[in-house]
Amino acid sequence: MGSRASSLLREEDIDEIKKETGFSHSQITRLYSRFHSLDKGENGALSREDFQRIPELAINPLGDRIINAFFPEGEDQVNFRGFMRTLAHFRPVEDNEKNKDMISGEPLNSRTNKLHFAFQLYDLDRDDKISRDELLQVLRMMVGVNISDEQLGSIADRTIQEADTNGDMCISFSEFTKVLEKVDVEQKMSIRFLH
Amino acid sequence: MERGAKEKNHLLYKPYSLNGIIAKEPTSLEEELKEIRRNGSSQDLDGSASTTTGPSPSSSEFEMSDTFYFCRRGIESIVDDEVTKRFTAEELESWNLLTRSNYNFNHISTRLTVLWGLGVVIRYGFLLPLRLTLAITGVSLLVVFTTMIGFLPNGRVKNFLSEKVHLMCYRICVRGLTAIITYHHSENKPKNGGICVANHTSPIDTIILASDGCYAMVGQIHGGLMGLIQKSMVKACPHIWFERSEVKDRHLVARRLSDHVKDKSKLPILIFPEGTCINNTSVMMFKKGSFEIGSTVYPVAIKYDPRFGDAFWNSSKFGMVNYLLRMMSSWAIVCSVWYLPPMSRQEGEDAVQFANRVKAAIARQGGLVDLLWDGGLKRGKVKDTFKEEQQKLYSKILVGTQEDRSRS
Repeated sequence: MGSRASSLLREEDIDEIKKETGFSHSQITRLYSRFHSLDKGENGALSREDFQRIPELAINPLGDRIINAFFPEGEDQVNFRGFMRTLAHFRPVEDNEKNKDMISGEPLNSRTNKLHFAFQLYDLDRDDKISRDELLQVLRMMVGVNISDEQLGSIADRTIQEADTNGDMCISFSEFTKVLEKVDVEQKMSIRFLH
Repeated sequence: MERGAKEKNHLLYKPYSLNGIIAKEPTSLEEELKEIRRNGSSQDLDGSASTTTGPSPSSSEFEMSDTFYFCRRGIESIVDDEVTKRFTAEELESWNLLTRSNYNFNHISTRLTVLWGLGVVIRYGFLLPLRLTLAITGVSLLVVFTTMIGFLPNGRVKNFLSEKVHLMCYRICVRGLTAIITYHHSENKPKNGGICVANHTSPIDTIILASDGCYAMVGQIHGGLMGLIQKSMVKACPHIWFERSEVKDRHLVARRLSDHVKDKSKLPILIFPEGTCINNTSVMMFKKGSFEIGSTVYPVAIKYDPRFGDAFWNSSKFGMVNYLLRMMSSWAIVCSVWYLPPMSRQEGEDAVQFANRVKAAIARQGGLVDLLWDGGLKRGKVKDTFKEEQQKLYSKILVGTQEDRSRS
């Protein structure tokens, strides 16, 4: 007689996720329970519709972009590992990061990785640069019908002009990082997970 | 067990605040954006090497970091949102020996398993058959007696008998569920010509309220057994049953309700304005229809104690029969009913504001979370207007600065 939800999550899995993401044991089981409650089809993976069923997310102007960030290129389902990997970006940065033995060398919630998450919100076609068109589309998502095309266009132009240092009329990840170097990314892109 | 529960009833209803997964920051869009930009540009002004014209912190134009706010809010709502958890049974702090409430608890000890096994035997072998018998008796008596009363001519005798019969049968049904109900403030009980509104958790709510007073029920006519019960009830005293087709016609519904209410000899109407079953941790949006009619509203708050049995009907998971069986095989249904003082619509208040005021009173009394979200979100999609509101707000922040720019 075990519980229904967490019996599907084995201890080895939890340890691996702990190493990869830095979440604690209890946080992982709580988040698994949340994952399970979102998974209406009960097939161990979430689809885009499962996310869209959350009203607060559905009314978020960038809701679709955020949902998209969970799904790797070309895939329609995200399993629990992928779910946790994405959420790990939002763990607060602690001073003594114990899990430095990453393959990539950096913990998922480092400043760079948080910025990369934000960068991918803009980069619609995942070609590692933000074109004027992509910027316009994201802007349009955020303002709806309340600002004219011309005004939005000039905002986009000004933004690219300020950020673009190598003159290719696109914003690369390093240019993006430079623009935001003074912003407190660690605090703004973190969620306080309770134990 | 009954006495113990009754004593404990008064201490039970602090809202269950199970430790949340995250702590949310209650800042607004404007506050956040101002903060981000202030941090971003104030250091700019300190340093001399600044390539931009240094926009002032309060009226900034678009910054690429504006997405951070929406991003964080979005992820927060994925991890924990206020709405989706209202449509599944409440999580308990400690297990109550019912498998159905067993979400996250692993196998703890053999002793617990033995206790659980014993519980199963008692509940299914002893309590369930007893309760089934009572329930069947209650329902059959209701049908038989109300049909018999239907033959009497309208008048005081009929009303008197109908009241007695209804009360008696509902009380038998209540026993059939082993529902231990504590009624508070009975001096505020609904009177004729009024409308009684309550928060909705399950179909049992009706039986619980009706075993303490007589109401005119409102609802759709079903087929089968339910339909039979409904038809016979209506012979003894007027209830308001609608055909499926009539339900959509709001004017028809409103007219029938107000006609009923105007007749002071008719019983108070019982309505659940949420429109659907919610899991008793919160009160969701009240539909304004019943608040437009203009009669006195008698709010009632119903709060179940989830430790003895979960009363919430998750209609997408369980059918009615399954649900009733689960009810009858729980330990007991323990609940409190508070009759709140009557309220009427005030000058200058429209139906929606009135509905919200009543909802807040009910939520406060029952220790429930007062939500503005529509219970219809259980099945339907959220309206786009909410997203448009957010977009409008953000646009104002952007555009407002354009006007400043043109002025300087």
